[in-house]
Amino acid sequence: MISLTINGVRRSFDGDPSMPLLWVLRDRLELTGTKFGCGVGLCGACTVHVGSEATRSCVTPMSALEGKVVTTIEGLAAPGREHPLQSAWKDHHVAQCGYCQSGQIMQAATLLAAAPRPSDADIDAHMAGNLCRCGTYQRIRAAIKDAAGRRR
Amino acid sequence: MSARTAVSRRTFLGYSFSASAFVLGTKLVPGEAIAQIVSPTSPPVWQPGVYLGIDVDGTVAIIAHRSEMGSGIRTSLPMVVAEELEADWARVRIVQAIGDPKYGSQNTDGSCSMKDFYDAMRIAGASARTMLEQAAAGSWKVPVAEVTARDHAVVHERTGRSLPYGTLVESAAKLSVPPPQSLRFKAPESYRLIGKTVGITDLDDLVSSKGTFGIDARIPGMVYAAVARPPVLGSKLARVDDAAARRVAGVQNVVRLQEANPPYEFKALGGAAVIASDTWSALQGRKALKVDWTDSPHAVFESAAFKKQLLGTVSAPARALRTVGDVDKMFAAGGPTHEASYYTAMLAHAPMEPPAAVAEFRDGKVVTWAATQNPQAVQEAVASALGIKKEDVTCHVTLLGGGFGRKSKPDYVVEAAMLSKEVGRPVKIVWSREDDLQFDYFHAPAAQYLKAAIGQDGLPTALLMRTAFPPIGSLWNAEEQYGGWQANQGWTDIPYRLANLRVENAPAPAHTRVGWLRSVANIHHAYAVQTFTDELAALAQAERVDYLLKLIGEPRVIDFAAEGMPGRKPDDPRHSFDTARLRHVTELVAEKSGWARKKSGARRGFGLAAHWSFLSYIAAVVEVEVDERGDVTIPRVDIAVDAGTIVNPDRVVSQFEGAAVFGTSLALMGQMTAIGGRIQQSNFDSYPVARINQAPRETHVHIVPSSAAPAGVGEPGVPPMAPAICNAVFAATGHRIRELPIAAQLRT
Repeated sequence: MISLTINGVRRSFDGDPSMPLLWVLRDRLELTGTKFGCGVGLCGACTVHVGSEATRSCVTPMSALEGKVVTTIEGLAAPGREHPLQSAWKDHHVAQCGYCQSGQIMQAATLLAAAPRPSDADIDAHMAGNLCRCGTYQRIRAAIKDAAGRRR
Repeated sequence: MSARTAVSRRTFLGYSFSASAFVLGTKLVPGEAIAQIVSPTSPPVWQPGVYLGIDVDGTVAIIAHRSEMGSGIRTSLPMVVAEELEADWARVRIVQAIGDPKYGSQNTDGSCSMKDFYDAMRIAGASARTMLEQAAAGSWKVPVAEVTARDHAVVHERTGRSLPYGTLVESAAKLSVPPPQSLRFKAPESYRLIGKTVGITDLDDLVSSKGTFGIDARIPGMVYAAVARPPVLGSKLARVDDAAARRVAGVQNVVRLQEANPPYEFKALGGAAVIASDTWSALQGRKALKVDWTDSPHAVFESAAFKKQLLGTVSAPARALRTVGDVDKMFAAGGPTHEASYYTAMLAHAPMEPPAAVAEFRDGKVVTWAATQNPQAVQEAVASALGIKKEDVTCHVTLLGGGFGRKSKPDYVVEAAMLSKEVGRPVKIVWSREDDLQFDYFHAPAAQYLKAAIGQDGLPTALLMRTAFPPIGSLWNAEEQYGGWQANQGWTDIPYRLANLRVENAPAPAHTRVGWLRSVANIHHAYAVQTFTDELAALAQAERVDYLLKLIGEPRVIDFAAEGMPGRKPDDPRHSFDTARLRHVTELVAEKSGWARKKSGARRGFGLAAHWSFLSYIAAVVEVEVDERGDVTIPRVDIAVDAGTIVNPDRVVSQFEGAAVFGTSLALMGQMTAIGGRIQQSNFDSYPVARINQAPRETHVHIVPSSAAPAGVGEPGVPPMAPAICNAVFAATGHRIRELPIAAQLRT
């Protein structure tokens, strides 16, 4: 039995401890905002926060999460509120198909927490693990900078 | 774990109008009538008026019948209806259509949604507006000419009276739909939506995780499947030992899925399917299967040898598709010539959401929720596989996490439906990334050969062009080796005015399923033509923009029938190839990029390419830097676009920004290979696509204002990218790239 907190709710899990968090979120808890893209930590679509770290849920087994605090895109902002990144994302019309965007936003959120005024190089280094096949990168960069400004 | 209703009824078709709602379009508008009013010479496209309804509370529901995979079409087409309807956009609700031929084609590819449905949307909106005006005039007992629809109401200026749309619904519903010829359309200067940037309808959902993609669809009681498919096209399951798989926690069953026989069309490939309680268990179970496969004739497919074969094929005379003058005579004359061969690698689509669908077979009928570009093809393919009528297949269309052509081919939906029938429960199928890359409908590897005789002014006096690639037609006829319509994508339609021209297509066999990928054969044809053009310009030591404009020649509408292709006529005269527009985007991109001031050299270079595809005129200037290791970065891209009338400008800009990245991926790094018929790549480590630090840093899109008929925007930004990048690399390094991807070719 593994106990953890997901989006502020205490959860226990008694299934296969090698099952990655991604599939528990998606198939068991119906938290489908976290996406599957590669299954091996190469694309970032499945990014969540474990504590304050951006984490690839597709390669994070449940066995590693005892006592941990997990936040998914569904829990990034308080109910009825928007994270500054989500607002900036809308203002810049970043999303095309939108599939990778929750992973992008979750990844970017940990950058803003660590670097209040990220440079282009900071952004590229932090976001290089998150693929977007539609090619929204230039707007992602703009939205992150904009959101950083709003937080100040 | 609670069982929740699969998908929101409101989001998908279940939206129901209240009893007194006014639904326009139960009558079909005859195509001929539309053709007459739109353009006397345009083809009679079948255009049903089934796209909107208005409820008594004034809510306007507009049907989005094309699939949303990132272009914003789910918003842009309804904008056109709302514009002519004089609807308040805030009171418009967009309803995604299920697959149904009554909507016309729903095959969302070929960059044709706006081109093919712009007029139908205008007619739908204008018809409803006219009926609402008639209803209001009737209730006031005034001539209809005295009333005007404005902002979701009909007003009678003279008396200051106004009736909101909702109150007119019941009387409007009793009127007959006006003939399209009688409709008045809004003057473009009064547009409030068309040509203005409107946020996509899914904007909130996509930043908050509420959007439902195919992979998110859910039906109570569903099980999850993972399929072990034949690793070489045409091989079959010889033996399967599923004992270990059945011991995996969560695995419920292992079933045989009948293998497909050629032609492969959109059939499920077949193999052995593991049925489990969740995706992870299904994938673990599949890993534990021990499967032997039979041999296949396609095991001969070796990418390295096949590349040599293609390059050999294009070195010999082939089937002529367009002939002007006599190129052989010019080559025999003994003047200077230049020749080059090009090769482009096999590519995979790799949408971020892999193929995914849910299907339930019950009582001889199938209901499916699918990330599909073509729900009617889902109906046909599922019906054919299960031996039922296509009317008994209901296809709900989810959001698509990218498509790029992959999700036009519904083999994965067929898998889910076949498995549901087999196991008697709803089945969800999610392809792993390995599945997606190894069992794709690949963009075929291709080779070209070009030879020019060069005149004293440095311009070609004769041009021979030969192309070979396994064709998409092999999906339906396994023996097909010629490109058919794909040879008309940036090849036979080369716009250069030449006294001597021969365009040929050489044969190539298919050893994989071949499919259309964003911009299709334009990828390799634009690459060869625009690179060869740069080679000729380099030999002539010519300024590139000037040289390209000279090749395109004086502005003209190309008459292909008169220029070496007897019998070829444009499908639609509104979209004839007008070289003035290609010249204009070339000049515009030169101006906007500051081309005249650019100085190449010292590992920094600027490259130009122009290409007409999907009826749009595009020119690109790319700036590259090549570092000391031989790695290419792209600080800036400028793209000039003439795509006719633009409905939602920001979404058009974003399509070209995305195309610049897509084109960068295939130019710098995209490459699928096979050994013994087996695909060698399995994930984003072996099949990389551009990341944020590899993509163009800045892409500037310059749209030509135009009132011409709308043309394509989803694909045409891709073709000029690879040649512009390679021409820039040549300018920076003197190294000519004749093979894609560039990969390690510049490594020192």
